[in-house]
Amino acid sequence: MRRIGVFVCHCGSNIAATVDVKKVVEMALKEQGVVHAEDYPYMCSEAGQVKIAEAIKEHKLEGIVVCSCSPRMHEATFRKCAERNGLNPYLVEIANIREHCSWIHKDMAEATEKAVILMRAAVAKVHLNAPLQAGESAVTKKALVIGGGIAGIQTAIDIADAGYKVDIVEKEPSIGGRMSQLDKTFPTLDCSACILTPKMVEAAAHENITIHTWSEVEKVSGFVGNFTVDIRKKARYVNMDKCTGCGVCQEKCPSKKPLNEFNRGLNTRSAIYTPFAQAIPNVPVIDANACIKLNTGKCGICEKFCQVGAIDYTQKDEIITEQYGAIVVATGFDTIKLDKYGEYAYNESKDVITSLELERIMNAAGPTKGHLERLSDGKAPKEIVFIQCVGSRCSDDRGKPYCSKICCMYTAKHAMLIRDKYPDTNVTVFYIDVRTPGKNFDEFYRRAVEDYGVNYVKGQVGKVAPQPDGSLMVHGVDLLENKQIVKKADMVVLATAIEPNPDVRKIATMLTASIDTNNFLTEAHPKLRPVESPTAGVFLSGVCQGPKDIPETVAQAGAAAVKVIGLLAKDKLKTNPCTAKADELRCNGCSQCANVCPYGAISYETKQVNDHGIREDRRIAVVNSALCQGCGACTVTCPSGAMDLQGFSNRQIIAEVDAICR
Amino acid sequence: MNKVEEIKLISGVNPLKCMKCGKCSASCPSFNEMDIKPHQFVTYVINDDVEALAQSKSAWKCLSCFACIERCPRDVKPGKLIDAARQILIRQRDQEGLSPDEIPALLDEEIPQQLLMSAFRKYRR
Repeated sequence: MRRIGVFVCHCGSNIAATVDVKKVVEMALKEQGVVHAEDYPYMCSEAGQVKIAEAIKEHKLEGIVVCSCSPRMHEATFRKCAERNGLNPYLVEIANIREHCSWIHKDMAEATEKAVILMRAAVAKVHLNAPLQAGESAVTKKALVIGGGIAGIQTAIDIADAGYKVDIVEKEPSIGGRMSQLDKTFPTLDCSACILTPKMVEAAAHENITIHTWSEVEKVSGFVGNFTVDIRKKARYVNMDKCTGCGVCQEKCPSKKPLNEFNRGLNTRSAIYTPFAQAIPNVPVIDANACIKLNTGKCGICEKFCQVGAIDYTQKDEIITEQYGAIVVATGFDTIKLDKYGEYAYNESKDVITSLELERIMNAAGPTKGHLERLSDGKAPKEIVFIQCVGSRCSDDRGKPYCSKICCMYTAKHAMLIRDKYPDTNVTVFYIDVRTPGKNFDEFYRRAVEDYGVNYVKGQVGKVAPQPDGSLMVHGVDLLENKQIVKKADMVVLATAIEPNPDVRKIATMLTASIDTNNFLTEAHPKLRPVESPTAGVFLSGVCQGPKDIPETVAQAGAAAVKVIGLLAKDKLKTNPCTAKADELRCNGCSQCANVCPYGAISYETKQVNDHGIREDRRIAVVNSALCQGCGACTVTCPSGAMDLQGFSNRQIIAEVDAICR
Repeated sequence: MNKVEEIKLISGVNPLKCMKCGKCSASCPSFNEMDIKPHQFVTYVINDDVEALAQSKSAWKCLSCFACIERCPRDVKPGKLIDAARQILIRQRDQEGLSPDEIPALLDEEIPQQLLMSAFRKYRR
């Protein structure tokens, strides 16, 4: 029988207001092996930890139960406290009487009863806890950044500046991401390309950064400090070493039909193309679906005109395998599809556009060379209506339940820029709320109203009806005047909700990183660990974690880099000793555990075993404890009960259940 | 059961989900005929002023076109609230409607059932 101490935390009033902590202490003292129990307002505080330290010495404790908050909060705190005082840290158990009890119950008698039961289960478990020893694993001092937008670029530069190698994997032909598609940026109206391209050049020129464009992550295995990643380098059909980026191939290419993705499909491009003039690398790719030579074997014009012989139609996709210590997800966003919003006539009229499309129209390198014109007839619009919150803040199945955060500001920016450049064009913005928290943000929006005469109307638009004469009838409402508005417009701009890049699901699955119902990656803690995934070694940068604007993205990108640097700076990592282990005598080598293991940690060996005096060779499961993450899938799968998770053994779990049912 | 609870029960709508965007009023073809506008229905229910809503012209001016129901981004569907208000009124008047056995003969598979229900509540014999 172990000598056990029970420590009950009040957590101020978080626990004590709903749970009778004195009663928990009283009941603890009746448990087998409990030689000491006490309560304290804040067990995690310095003074609380001193109480635990003193009790360990005074009562020669061999096991500790702390009844407090979730083990995710303070298990590490109390384990360290035990270790400092000569007790194996894995002989500490947490009974979660806050999240699992006091916070979710109102009735004190019931909550107290439950707290006692949780305490009892933890005491029963700690009797069976083994004193585990954490192992060590080495750290590969190199990081992978998935996504080459502003988030990925900034993270990569910050990590590289600290002296570590970084690879950026970008699926498009160039790095730059969404920011490279923007014309101006709020609230200072500086040109997006002017501030982004120096960063792109810096990343490309950095001795510690390797950029893989036109590439995608194919497979991820391993664990924190030791990831192995397969990267598919898609066939570019252009030799990167030879190409000088002269652009002649793009001029001469006769296949001009494919929609220009960079211009959001508003115009077309050649089959061999670089997405934009400042692309990095400035080496085109051939769109295999559109290339005449690759599809019919005839043409070959680009090859003929290329002076340096860089065109290579025989290139194939190539898979490279790299080792990394940390992985940063910076996969960014896209605007949602508007197919379900028939009332806004986006699919019906060329003059109903999204804000990102307007960005391209306003941009000098865009489909209209920066002239504001209707895509249907090329005429200059005189009446423009902006509709806010299209697909944002929707609780139906058409849109997204969250606020996309950036739309209020970019709409104010668009409205202001149009009024500035085309003063005889009227601009009306239909809004539900104008949300402008941020430095100089509200001032910016007020300037649009007060100095530029943008007409803000409170009320959502119900319908946009294209008219036979090519105009658009906008049916809206002015809620402050309580008046319906029917307004003729030449152009309607939809502030379309943003969503995480659709590829993020695939990437999150490969990384075993969790995502929320909206496909945003989940943080390890929403306030205190906002740039880390709960999966160790995986970090989050930019909009893949939640909607944000450029300054916030850059700040988060830097924060993610700091976390990566903190990891890569370590030579060794402590591994979690709570790993699976097979009982050699029970294992029958059926392979079911290996089939369910998500980490590929289980292999088989033929071993001689001594089964009750009979020696024979058997096929037995062996767990690589460096790869095992302790998920427990194998233990519940094993038909013979041979697999056991150290720290959460079958015996321990059953003891807990028994204690709860007592 | 008080009136507000009755409206919520009949309509199946939680008025607290409304974010006051006004898309219902922007969509409503009868807006100008109404004394209480569609986006205001919700506030009236929240403020426990069902009586005013039931007495308003709006209850009879609603065309049951369902544009507000179709387009509401918050699943509040003001058309359902006004329909519930109408139903309460009718129940109060205790007037005779169609008898259940008369209904099958009147059904047309093309017509949404809810539209039929709304129509005969308004234009009952």
